[in-house]
Amino acid sequence: MTFKKSDHGAVPFWRDERYLQIIAQVVVVAALLVLGYWLVHNLLTGLEALGTPLSFKFLGLTSQFDIGESMIEYSRNSTYTQALLVGLLNTIKVSFLGIVFATIFGIIVGIARLSKNWLVNKLATIYVETLRNIPLLVFLIFLSTSVFHKLPRVKDALSAWGWAFLTNRGIYIVWPQPSGGWDVYKWFLLGSFIIGFIVAAIKFREGRRTGRMPLYWLWGFVVFALLAAVSWFIAQFMAGQPMYLDFPSLQGRNFKGGKSLTPEFMAIFTGLVIYTSAFIAEVVRAGIQSVSKGQREAATAVGLSGFQTMRLVIFPQAMRVIIPPMTSQYLNLTKNSSLAIAVGYPDLFAVGSTIINQAGRAVEIILVTMGVYLTFSLLTALFMNWYNKHTQLVER
Amino acid sequence: MTSLTPAKDILPPPTERSTVLGWMKKNLFGSIGDTILTFVAGGLLLWLIFAIVNWILTKAQWAAVTDNLQLYMKGQYPASEDWRLWLLMFLLALIVGMAWGIFLKRAEAVGWVLLIIPVVLAVWLITLHRESWWRFLVVDILAMLGYFLGKRYPKKLARPTYILLLLYMPLVILVVRGFGENGFMKLVGTNLWGGLLLSLLLAVFGIVFSFPIGVLLALGRQSKMPALKTLSVIYIELIRGVPLITLLFMGQLMLPFFLPAGITIDRVIRAVVAIIMFAAAYMAENVRGGLQSIPKGQYEAADVIGLSGWQKMVFIILPQALRAVIPVLVGQFIGLFKDTSLVALVGLLDLLGIARGILANPSYIGRQLEVFAFIAMIYWVFSYGMSYASGRLETTLGVGER
Amino acid sequence: MSRKLLVLFLVLLLAVMALAACGGAKETAAPTEAAAVTSAPTATEATAAQPTEKPAMQEGEGMLATVKARGKIICGVNQAVPGFGFLQSDGSFAGFDIDFCKALAAAVFGDATKVEYRPLNAKQRFTALQAGEIDVLIRNTTWTLTRDTELGANFAPTTFYDGQGITVRKDSGIKTLQDLQGASICVSSGTTTELNLADQMAANGIEYTPVVFETADETTGAYLDGRCDAYTTDKSGLVARMSMFPHPEEHMIMDVTLSKEPLGPVVRQGDDQWFDIVKWMVFATFQAEESGVTSQNVDDMKNADDPNVRKLLGTEGDMGAKLGLDNDWAYNIIKQVGNYAEIYNRNLGPDTVFNLARGMNSSYVDGGLLYSPPFR
Repeated sequence: MTFKKSDHGAVPFWRDERYLQIIAQVVVVAALLVLGYWLVHNLLTGLEALGTPLSFKFLGLTSQFDIGESMIEYSRNSTYTQALLVGLLNTIKVSFLGIVFATIFGIIVGIARLSKNWLVNKLATIYVETLRNIPLLVFLIFLSTSVFHKLPRVKDALSAWGWAFLTNRGIYIVWPQPSGGWDVYKWFLLGSFIIGFIVAAIKFREGRRTGRMPLYWLWGFVVFALLAAVSWFIAQFMAGQPMYLDFPSLQGRNFKGGKSLTPEFMAIFTGLVIYTSAFIAEVVRAGIQSVSKGQREAATAVGLSGFQTMRLVIFPQAMRVIIPPMTSQYLNLTKNSSLAIAVGYPDLFAVGSTIINQAGRAVEIILVTMGVYLTFSLLTALFMNWYNKHTQLVER
Repeated sequence: MTSLTPAKDILPPPTERSTVLGWMKKNLFGSIGDTILTFVAGGLLLWLIFAIVNWILTKAQWAAVTDNLQLYMKGQYPASEDWRLWLLMFLLALIVGMAWGIFLKRAEAVGWVLLIIPVVLAVWLITLHRESWWRFLVVDILAMLGYFLGKRYPKKLARPTYILLLLYMPLVILVVRGFGENGFMKLVGTNLWGGLLLSLLLAVFGIVFSFPIGVLLALGRQSKMPALKTLSVIYIELIRGVPLITLLFMGQLMLPFFLPAGITIDRVIRAVVAIIMFAAAYMAENVRGGLQSIPKGQYEAADVIGLSGWQKMVFIILPQALRAVIPVLVGQFIGLFKDTSLVALVGLLDLLGIARGILANPSYIGRQLEVFAFIAMIYWVFSYGMSYASGRLETTLGVGER
Repeated sequence: MSRKLLVLFLVLLLAVMALAACGGAKETAAPTEAAAVTSAPTATEATAAQPTEKPAMQEGEGMLATVKARGKIICGVNQAVPGFGFLQSDGSFAGFDIDFCKALAAAVFGDATKVEYRPLNAKQRFTALQAGEIDVLIRNTTWTLTRDTELGANFAPTTFYDGQGITVRKDSGIKTLQDLQGASICVSSGTTTELNLADQMAANGIEYTPVVFETADETTGAYLDGRCDAYTTDKSGLVARMSMFPHPEEHMIMDVTLSKEPLGPVVRQGDDQWFDIVKWMVFATFQAEESGVTSQNVDDMKNADDPNVRKLLGTEGDMGAKLGLDNDWAYNIIKQVGNYAEIYNRNLGPDTVFNLARGMNSSYVDGGLLYSPPFR
């Protein structure tokens, strides 16, 4: 919209759109500033009058409450900041694992929805349509109260040959623990990984050059696995066994050893995975359907198998359509993890809510929590934008 | 002799016969992998059906549901004012019936399902010895009446039906809330709203009020004025970046501080404010999608005939853009309806909140499965029903396309 | 056509918005006492959106006048503690605490039904009280020094003496606090219980895993499912909950008390007359039990010879007038709601599922802690 100044007589400024736009903006911004000042002023004076002026100093005080599961050292004598950190790490843990597993399940269900097998197709449809139409919160509470708390008690734990135990106190899985030789072995492991990576890179380049792409990732993995296995024995010889398998066993009232996953974690984790996978399935389905039929037919014509067609022809093209909505699903999952409060998993929001109750600092805690979620969202959006650009370029 | 074989010796061309076996071979046992998949999926399905049926027949006790139907549906909304809710339901039945008659012309399978549901509900209520069962039959009768009217006078009724459809949501708010101190349609305080009624009302409030804000934000984001654009973008991204639950907590715990001492806001209204703030940001993005779908020629044509920026927006672009986003708005409404369940976490007695309240009653302790299955079903029926209906209307009417 | 529709739609929208805004935010007088808060943030919240009601607090007028003008008491209650305050199927409230709301209405209006109940959760209760959303908070609230001073609250006499206890399974073999080493313990969040537990366990050097839930129902549910070895809350709550367990005989309350929990009605600071009314409403129920006045015999007792009873029931003296109430205020309480024993037995006594022993909550003549100052 470009207006050239007219030659015959200037337009009065109140009719000139450029001036009007500037005036309108100034007015709006000024009004918002006044409103914002008024709101913040009310907030600050209100808090002052209550004797709790806006300040984050209380975060250094002793929290006085305990938290059920933590990835770092924490007790009632720790500070509120440490409590929030525990919550933050728990949020990151459940979101990250949730995203990985929801993606895998979502892709499987999305492909199943397009399956020619009538039964598989219908089953996937039922899965998607059921989950998409009930609120996540209802589903989570249902999972927690009716599934994970109804697993067998510790005494009658379901055992998978002693490798894993399923109880309503949690799920216990056998897990490797570092022992004597670990200090040596970890360097071997790192070295094997680097060598495996280099081999994969070389094979990838070779594929680029010759036009016949080998399974470069498989090459890399095999090399890594071989080296890791060989160096295991070397490490054992040098400094003793690097790792041992820690089997869970019933000691006293609870299982000890191995890796334990609490029912609260399992409820929020499986809830998020199952729920989000239904949405991801739809995204994947739409992406695959967006690839024109001719592509599939052409792939079949040049003799690619069904799996090859999917991997080499359909998926790379579908990715372009899939990535933007997938990003928003990932963001949704991260934000939805705040519902952990309803199943008793101490994520950032749940811990924050406890602090609000016990310290009475609602405004500060809400600001901190919102800030953290915003940062998550921005970071994810930035990464996915970068990835999106990356794939768009490859596609050219 | 060799070239002329009798016709009866030639096999007829294979015809595509749709026998059950043929269908099964094609759709279930096409290959070995397919067969394995079929058995796995079939086994899973059978096990699921068996588990559910077994539970319903042998273990489930539905007293927690049947004793508290009133609570689930409307919370503590006074019984003397029930007629207002029923009136709204009757009106809805009439409008939907008319819309069906006018726009769809044929009584489709979905229509029959919609007609059967109230009958089933009525029968169910009879078995529970509830007196209000006949009201569901009135719903059916009105829907059929509307259908025949719509079919008979499609031209005359098209516009009133359209207007009623648009006005229905604001009307719901007015009727449920009421006005005046006493007598006819007296005011019913928000503290008495509960159950499904509250869930639906929150979603209606959210959509109705976020609509104008969302349109303004979308226009702001599209605007060439840098200050407006930045502000709109900041608002939209800020809200979309945080979970709804933090906004609800903000509404409950922070909002009162933003107002000068002495001005107070109701607890439900505070939740509504949070929901509107939340919905507006998403609404803005939806409307922006609509704005972007308008071809450039429309803008240029408007410029050519000498319309100012505002005239162009209000008379040319917005009407088209809004028409294009109607289906998306239905989707947003459904999402919002599901999201309203979060208000249970700030202590409001919506459908989920009231379910948790009922589970605290000594008589119903340990009946979580029944109660949650019931409310999940209600949420499902409403969400799925709405998305299905809007999907059907879209394809039939071509809303969103032109 | 569609433009006209759009205009019509927008007009109606504006109308609705205006209407909602009028009712939504109603200016009330500024709270006179802005109390300092630590355990709950103040949110100014009141009975707006209901122009029919007068706000709970008005400048220059006492609470009593405000309440009387409104025609009902707004009572902050619990909706999810069986026996104390819970929602019944017909949407009405019942319980021990609820009966004290009724008693207050009977004292003020002579009609126990003139109460509006506001269900509140643990987080909201003090906010609602400070902001004047409610007239009185009767929601099993523990009397502590911090709450009494910093929250701007005044605590009426304790109606229920309680202490935090722990329930365990009998077959778990847990007898002492030390036995809980390594155990999982279910607890509700947002309560003093959570802090008491952490304090006591830290003091005794016991390591445990807290499993924290938002509502009491979820907490007991998790304990019953075997998610935790133990479940902790106020002992009255434990008994109430245990009575409804499928097999109550399999559980027991440990012989340890983690804290003192005196529960009673709470009012806002700043109105002594209203505070007096609530205090003496509670005392009247104590005194009636001590003097043997029940809802059955209250009409006969009016003409009793005992001057204490005559003063209580308003046959003699002007006790009611001193409180600013009718002289038969206590008569109304006892007639319509009952004395303390009746209230107790109706909600928690032997005929209920709870069958909770009176213990400390007996009249002092029976060796309990309930002691009313003289009505004279």
